[in-house]
Amino acid sequence: MSWGVVLGAIGFWLAAWALNAWLARQTPKGAAGRRALGLAVPAIFGVTLLVLWEGITRGANVPTVLLPPPSMIAERFAASTGILWADFKQTFLQAVLIGYAMGCGSAFLTAIAIDRSPFLQRGLLPVGNLISALPIIGIAPIMVMWFGFDWPSKAAVVVVMTFFPTLVNTVQGLQAAEAMQRDLMHTYGASYWQTLFKLRLPAAAPFIFNALKICSTLALIGAIVAEFFGTPIVGMGFRISTGVGRMDIDLVWAEIAVAALAGSAFYGVVVLIERAVTFWHPSVRGQGS
Amino acid sequence: MIARALPVATVIAAILVLWYLGAVILNAPWERDQAQRAGAEISTAQLIANTMAQTRPVLPAPHQVAVEIWNTTVLKKITSKRSLVFHGWITLSSTLLGFAIGTVMGILLAVGIVHDRAMEMSVMPWVVASQTIPILAIAPMIIVVLNAVGLSGLLPKALISAYLSFFPVVVGMVKGLTSPDALQLDLMRTYGASRRQALWKLRWPSSVPYLFTSMKVAVAASLVGAIVGELPTGAVAGLGARLLAGSYYGQTIQIWSALFAAAALAASLVALVGLANRIVLRRMGMAR
Repeated sequence: MSWGVVLGAIGFWLAAWALNAWLARQTPKGAAGRRALGLAVPAIFGVTLLVLWEGITRGANVPTVLLPPPSMIAERFAASTGILWADFKQTFLQAVLIGYAMGCGSAFLTAIAIDRSPFLQRGLLPVGNLISALPIIGIAPIMVMWFGFDWPSKAAVVVVMTFFPTLVNTVQGLQAAEAMQRDLMHTYGASYWQTLFKLRLPAAAPFIFNALKICSTLALIGAIVAEFFGTPIVGMGFRISTGVGRMDIDLVWAEIAVAALAGSAFYGVVVLIERAVTFWHPSVRGQGS
Repeated sequence: MIARALPVATVIAAILVLWYLGAVILNAPWERDQAQRAGAEISTAQLIANTMAQTRPVLPAPHQVAVEIWNTTVLKKITSKRSLVFHGWITLSSTLLGFAIGTVMGILLAVGIVHDRAMEMSVMPWVVASQTIPILAIAPMIIVVLNAVGLSGLLPKALISAYLSFFPVVVGMVKGLTSPDALQLDLMRTYGASRRQALWKLRWPSSVPYLFTSMKVAVAASLVGAIVGELPTGAVAGLGARLLAGSYYGQTIQIWSALFAAAALAASLVALVGLANRIVLRRMGMAR
């Protein structure tokens, strides 16, 4: 137990907190200054958390099987990029992306298919809303039984998990165009499909992207948890569950870091596409300048 | 009422029909195989009847699941290890404990974020970013690590539930506590109200609808956390353990009944929060 390291970390934390409190009171001129401030404060906070973590685990001699210090995790990350990449490929590039595309895509097509039937919409919306709130992750063992241990079973779980949120949001989005706008399309003599593509789908885009953002997180969770029920000897969920069993905790943390990075990057890409597609929406419009 | 119930009933009926069809199609190969091995011809009617009465079907028929649920809830003693009520209660208790911890912590953090600008600027982006991280992936590690420290049973699972229900509450409450507009806050200032008074008399009441909306999301997430938290402990007890045990031994009917129990639990928890929402809002005079 070396109290110096712990005290040093706590001292760093207090200093950084004071710096943040001071920074938060500043009112920089211009958009660029405000933006830099908005990035600096959370960045300092993040670094502080890491320093605190490192200081306490090293200083108080926390056993590494319980909580390894971040430097050890980073070392392990750098040393085992091969394993991590193989897991990433298995879980993310195959199960998550394919399942996500199939789930969201089929939900989108279903929403358009039932678009002309208000009866079906009234029936499917409450059911879809209900299913969205259920612990769908529980179907993982069934899917593993049906589709085997490899990635298709994980993709199937992802399909089911992403289907209903996308369906509900797309159906709601397709009703977002206002009656005045539809009337205008009508006076132009636009056909159903023209109205759909030129007015109603663009109007539905914010709703659809909202679903795509929710589903990007759900998809990763679904694929990883489904791997707890049986996998070939590769995959992020497999590595986490066996790493925990073998007390190989630093590898588990490295894998979690990969999951966190992949999840954030996936979400970020969806947000970027959303900004490009819905550039006209009020929530996006102000941010470019 | 009928106008709303009819479409839902139609969709549910369609799902049941599809389910029966799926059960027949998916279970038929095994029956044909059995018949061929016995060297017997099997009539179509017999085949269909058999597909709905297998002990380990690929897809159990709805009535098989219903019978299993009936057997394991009403007919079994609650203390029995095979009773779904017993397992459901274990999952429910850690869900509720975790939900309570997560909600209280979330509200406290939101109050801190609203009142301290440094905290808002440094913590809020991380709260939002953490939504994009597959937090559930850490669940098995938390369980095993806490077991190593000597904590086992209810609390580790409840912590995962708390962690999952924490974020929706923070985000919703920050929105809710900042929802009073400048005019109302100014009025509080002209009354000479302290920040504490402004919090209790203005911000807190106007955040209640937001609190309930995020609590609905949080309670569903909390249940998922409890179920996943039961997986790594080696299938001891709880709905998650029933799922895992079912998948080890190929007991599909058991998996489906555990799944339906979990679904019923989730739906009733969300409905309960919704009911509390309506009652509280009506008493506060905010019901629409």
